Amino acid sequence: MIGIIDYGMGNLRSVQKAFESLGSQATILTTPDMIDAQVSHLVLPGVGAFGDGMTHLRDRGWIDPINDFYKSGKPMLGICLGMQLLMDSSEEDAPSRDQPIPGLGMVKGTVMLFAGDAYGPGKLKVPHMGWNSLNIQQDVSLFADAPENPHVYFVHGYYCSPADSNVIIATTDYGSPFCSSLKQDNLWATQFHPEKSQRVGLKMLENFAAC
Amino acid sequence: MQFHTLFSKAVPLLWYGSHVDKCEKLTRAPGGTRLCEASSIVVYKSSLLQILRLVACEVWDHLLHFVTLLTHRIIPCLDVKAGRVVKGVNFLGLRDAGDPVEIARQYDEAGADELVFLDITASHEKRDIVYDMVRKVAEQCFMPFTVGGGIRTIDDVTALVQAGAEKVSINTAAVVTPEIVRQTAQRFGRCATVVNIDPKRVPRDGFEERRAEREKQGLFAPHAVIPDGQPDDIVFEIHVHGGRTPTGIDAIAWAQYIVELGAGEIVLTSMDADGVKTGYDLVITGGVSSAIDVPVVASGGCGSPEHIRQVLTETDADAALAASIFHYGEYSIQETKQYLHEHGVPVRLTH
Repeated sequence: MIGIIDYGMGNLRSVQKAFESLGSQATILTTPDMIDAQVSHLVLPGVGAFGDGMTHLRDRGWIDPINDFYKSGKPMLGICLGMQLLMDSSEEDAPSRDQPIPGLGMVKGTVMLFAGDAYGPGKLKVPHMGWNSLNIQQDVSLFADAPENPHVYFVHGYYCSPADSNVIIATTDYGSPFCSSLKQDNLWATQFHPEKSQRVGLKMLENFAAC
Repeated sequence: MQFHTLFSKAVPLLWYGSHVDKCEKLTRAPGGTRLCEASSIVVYKSSLLQILRLVACEVWDHLLHFVTLLTHRIIPCLDVKAGRVVKGVNFLGLRDAGDPVEIARQYDEAGADELVFLDITASHEKRDIVYDMVRKVAEQCFMPFTVGGGIRTIDDVTALVQAGAEKVSINTAAVVTPEIVRQTAQRFGRCATVVNIDPKRVPRDGFEERRAEREKQGLFAPHAVIPDGQPDDIVFEIHVHGGRTPTGIDAIAWAQYIVELGAGEIVLTSMDADGVKTGYDLVITGGVSSAIDVPVVASGGCGSPEHIRQVLTETDADAALAASIFHYGEYSIQETKQYLHEHGVPVRLTH
């Protein structure tokens, strides 16, 4: 069964229904003790701000259970904010660049703001919103049967910059290439929303469920 | 990079058609030294540098396009009243022309990039019907969608997000209580916060009176920002309540203000162009989209795929919203996108 973590950051029903439409069982986990032997896959979704996300994870006691699940070797997927929270830290909501907000620290690296002004005034619009293509870097099961350079749906103003480039499985060009999906052992993450990416995205969720 | 992608980028790079207007305007500036005269175009020394600058900007723009493959979104807009789609949608094979879920599923299948649901229910007591509709759409359509109309308070926003809307679009409430924009951005993120702006051309005199009235009340009352090359006796004034009520607020200044408050996207509907189907209002769309650094969705006036091409190439708009051309089957999403693709506009063809 696929467990979807509900930590108060956005609506999770579309993620749940997407899995259900693919014939997988998916349940929304409102408390950490709902993770039991039945839960074979864990999904950390989320929209909103990084700082709020970490606060909610901490207040609801999710940090250790998420780490334990990762260590158990079972497949786990972070989506959008859920991907960013896996990193060491983020400059979103940070008082300064030197004092980033700490994240879960499961993947080494930081979360950074798209520099809209670096490309001339008003040229690079932030948030990065809409359909952009993936440059698949590694032949992994998540992208099985995906078309070449598939278009997927993004809505975000910040992006992950992993310290180890070996974890990057796809990049996307926005101003310059950024990491749009990563894989570290049993941990997967996508900056885009597979559950909003129509057929292409649903296929990726199906591939994840088959992990 | 695939060859066809490269090719579709290279063609506009070599094609400066969009500059003819700008160049003519510059070359027609009276006075100065005539450098050359060919057919109807006269080049003045004073404007030559400006032309070079424009060309340089355009080259830079296109170079940037090489590294930003974000496609332009084509967005059908559905008017919903008491949970039913009104103004009819006329697809082949649609069993229930008023069922938002079925229509959304059809557009999902057709490759629409996003949907906008605009609730035009007059009565605020029937909000539950909207939430129910949003819930059903979110459960059955795996594509992005925005819900707007009838939002008055942050509680209305929260209920919509909880029902499954990933973006909410605020219109009149943003003018009445701008704070709602800040609250929405704080609670649900800038990405979920969309603000609708409905400008209409008005004579400056009337606008100034209304602006002065706002200023007297201590409200946000910026001076009008006139888009490039426009007569300054005409102002683009924000209207609310479905375009009926003038506000005394200038559209460009308002867009900048609302982005500062937290708007992550602007849907700009020209009240002059809306419903006329003679094309988007390129003047105000250009003015607003170049003045702010968040995505702008052009809306109002679409009558053909060519209108979409115009607004996406001649302004900085990121997406185009249309209603009747899609609903009545005049053009399909796919043929619209194919047309745009053939004209060098980056769109998502496969889905």
